[in-house]
Amino acid sequence: MIALPAGWVVADAALALPLAPLIALAAVPLVLALRARPNLREAVTLSAGVLLAALVLGLWPHADAGLRYPLWSWLPGLSLELALEPLGLLFASVAALLWPVTSLYAIGYMRANEEAQQTRFYVCFAIAIASAMLIALAGNGVTLFIGYEALTLSTWPLVTHKGNEDARRGGRTYLVVLLTTSIGLLLPALIWTYALAGTTEFRDGGILAGRASHGVLAVLFALYLFGVGKAALMPFHRWLPSAMVAPTPVSALLHAVAVVKAGVFTVLKVAVYIFGIDTLHYAGATVPMLWVAAFTLLAASLVAMLQDNLKARLAYSTVSQLAYIVLAACMATTAGALGGAAHIATHAVGKITLFFCAGAIYTAAHKTRVSELDGLGRQMPFTFAAFAIGALSVIGLPPLAGLWSKWWLMQGAVDAGWPWLMAVLMLSSLLNIAYLLPIPVRAFFRPAVATHAEPGVREAPLACVLPLCLTAAACLLLFFGIDTVVAPLTRLFGLP
Amino acid sequence: MSAHLPILQVVIPLLAAPLCVLLHRPLAAWLVYLLASLAALACSLLLLGEVLANGRVDYAIGGWAAPYGIEYVVDAANALVLLLVSLLGVATAVFAPRSVEDEIETPRIYLYYCCLCLYLAGLLGITITGDAFNVFVFLEISSLSAYALIALGRRRQALLAAFRYLVMGTIGGTFLLIGIGLMYALTGTLNMADLAARLPPLYGNRVLTAALGFITVGLAIKAAVFPLHGWQPGAYAESPSAASLLLAGAGAKVAIYAFLRYAFGMFGSGLVAERLPLAEMMLLAGVAAMLVGSAVACFQDDLKRILAWSSIGQIGYIVAAIGLATPQGFNAAFLHVFNHGLIKAGLFAVAGVLCLRLGSTRLDALAGLARRMPGTFAALLLGGLGLIGVPLTAGFVSKWALVLALVEQQQWITVAAVLLSSLLALIYVGRVIETAWFRAPPSEPVGAVPISMGFALWAIVGLTLLIGLSAQPLAAVAAQATAAMLGGLP
Repeated sequence: MIALPAGWVVADAALALPLAPLIALAAVPLVLALRARPNLREAVTLSAGVLLAALVLGLWPHADAGLRYPLWSWLPGLSLELALEPLGLLFASVAALLWPVTSLYAIGYMRANEEAQQTRFYVCFAIAIASAMLIALAGNGVTLFIGYEALTLSTWPLVTHKGNEDARRGGRTYLVVLLTTSIGLLLPALIWTYALAGTTEFRDGGILAGRASHGVLAVLFALYLFGVGKAALMPFHRWLPSAMVAPTPVSALLHAVAVVKAGVFTVLKVAVYIFGIDTLHYAGATVPMLWVAAFTLLAASLVAMLQDNLKARLAYSTVSQLAYIVLAACMATTAGALGGAAHIATHAVGKITLFFCAGAIYTAAHKTRVSELDGLGRQMPFTFAAFAIGALSVIGLPPLAGLWSKWWLMQGAVDAGWPWLMAVLMLSSLLNIAYLLPIPVRAFFRPAVATHAEPGVREAPLACVLPLCLTAAACLLLFFGIDTVVAPLTRLFGLP
Repeated sequence: MSAHLPILQVVIPLLAAPLCVLLHRPLAAWLVYLLASLAALACSLLLLGEVLANGRVDYAIGGWAAPYGIEYVVDAANALVLLLVSLLGVATAVFAPRSVEDEIETPRIYLYYCCLCLYLAGLLGITITGDAFNVFVFLEISSLSAYALIALGRRRQALLAAFRYLVMGTIGGTFLLIGIGLMYALTGTLNMADLAARLPPLYGNRVLTAALGFITVGLAIKAAVFPLHGWQPGAYAESPSAASLLLAGAGAKVAIYAFLRYAFGMFGSGLVAERLPLAEMMLLAGVAAMLVGSAVACFQDDLKRILAWSSIGQIGYIVAAIGLATPQGFNAAFLHVFNHGLIKAGLFAVAGVLCLRLGSTRLDALAGLARRMPGTFAALLLGGLGLIGVPLTAGFVSKWALVLALVEQQQWITVAAVLLSSLLALIYVGRVIETAWFRAPPSEPVGAVPISMGFALWAIVGLTLLIGLSAQPLAAVAAQATAAMLGGLP
């Protein structure tokens, strides 16, 4: 590589941008063709996942190179363009690395539970990952919007997978809330941006500086934040608990990682590259939304405490954790933005572990309620140990990854001049403890209830347990390796 | 030969009509219509090429120079509409034979093709002519043949639908005629270019205002602009499948084009948008049409009626775009005329296929069929996404242009109505999709889609996809069309 002229290397790396969604899409026809041979079919999914992860990791040396890859434009102002920047790279890496892990888990889960329509499942999964890549690597608002809508549509069949009335109702809520917000608020926000700035390109420092009054910026910011329904800001959060009717691997990857993180990623991306942190800060455009995010953060935590269904509790916990990232965008400080970006990664590994565990418990013991888990820890030690690690990471205790993002968030709150936000964050951490920690505690320390006890319960299949151990280990590793992960971001924000 | 293209464009389908009657045999009549529509397509493509290269084409019929003789004028604006009409004419021809065999009694088939020829000739004539009275003549040709086409529908309700259309359509035609008569009384000329020069000095004359009012209402009936849409759902839903492609895809669009010609080409935006509140009224009517049309579509139980009401809503977008009376608005209007024409024709083609295979287009009859007819329903899905305006579909392109034009004029209420209407579209499309995909499929097998119908269907859908992916060429033509329309009439 060193011997080659520099330009060639860059051109070579830029080519990787369209390749990322294409790899995931390439799995689609192969999976369809091999629908009669499940083992080969799953091998395709796994190898596409590994290939994609390798490709995205290979982009890290170019994080600051400002790679751009214009695809085509179909109207003046409407163009499809891919670009690489640190924030997108982080999101792409999280999604790409967790895809193969989840695929492995899905194989164990789908087979153990004898789910129908598995080919459709893997096809939609691959399209969803391709859409997530398009979002992560989008070079302008229009491209991001296309990926965003494609992600909604491709995950709809996954949510309604079971096909019964419950699943269809959940799917309807999912689709209606996400499409209503995106077409009704996000699209007008984009068009308005285009009308103001003459472009929707993501640029360092934003494109709206000096092009709109403070009031317009505040309205536009609110349109974006509510319009990104995937960020699950109240009152547009209902789709997330509804989507929990989906099989657990879907909940794990899509509703703890790809879909919801696509939402908060969009929020951060818009704040940093459309508005620009400085513009937001001086215009004070974020203050109203700050309150909405803080309210969502606390309210969702409180609702989570009331849920007995394990997946519903995790879903509301996700709503609350997403609000952290929206809050980070609203702080309009560099430390806050760094914390928000880091939270995309740290919350992803923590929450996916928790969902994996929920699925493993369902597969092994057919239990879905928190109150039924007493004493199960002795039968499923690995699962519940991983659950405890994931929970501690989400709460933000050392030595686990979650600590760092909360640390930077607090710093961002102080920088922004709103120390009361620290209190909100602290309170929320306490609530996290209250609704997450009892689960492993009950499982390990309470005696099994006689009526629930089933003698033969053992750990779920290896294909389920291995991924959740891996992600739990990742929570630990990320604590020590966070410097490397956020290095491009700290350079972007000019932080020490 | 090529100098006579403008007249050939109209005369070939017009003469094909009596030929159908003379030949009398179903197959021969079909062949005549097919060849006539192919010739019309060739003419319109050649004309478009010539217009894009040279600006405009004038043709004096019989060598009688304007303003005394009748003149045909082609510029980018009507070349685009001519292309849409003749494209759909060919699609109808390819689509027709299998569905006609199923829906029309054999002894009447030749009449059906004869009416199709006349309808095509009428639409092309309205579009191409440069003479104000000539528009009325061709409007009547297209209307009379449309009444007959609808009356040939397979259910008895078709007769009622045709009768309602006949009553409303005759009122519309008469209004147009009165308007033209008043214009003639004021100026003594019927040539459009001549009128464009002689009308502006008369601004403020009440007779002129009355003429504009009559013409606007007359053409609004023809275009089924809310609240003059009463005839439309029945007419679209009851017409035979093949005819509904042309009726729903091109019929209303041609009336809208004619309105643009009269209002902005002859009366001029000085009268329409500045002295009179007509432009504001159009914005209002457009908003009402989008909301009412899309909302009512959500409550229909028949696919064809859903599509018909959806058309009322989509026409609302075009009317609102014209009501802006800005270049961006016209641009959006031309884009949506073309895109919606194609999308809706494709969807009516899907309805035609379902009609053939299921004998009904009721939603209940579609339950679970997506697994039995994946291709047909994929086309339905793509068309439906276009109606909603999802990115990468043709519908998105025109909606983007429309919203951008609205934002530029700060028409926030209209923007909100467009978005609300899109969400309603999501509901009515979503209902069909959910019924077809997520309900239990029927036990009995469904016959395969005939190749001819599948080909016509996918050709239209493919074209909309192409526009969705790369709208640059269409946008360029639409921009020229806007320039031609605003540059005043030749």
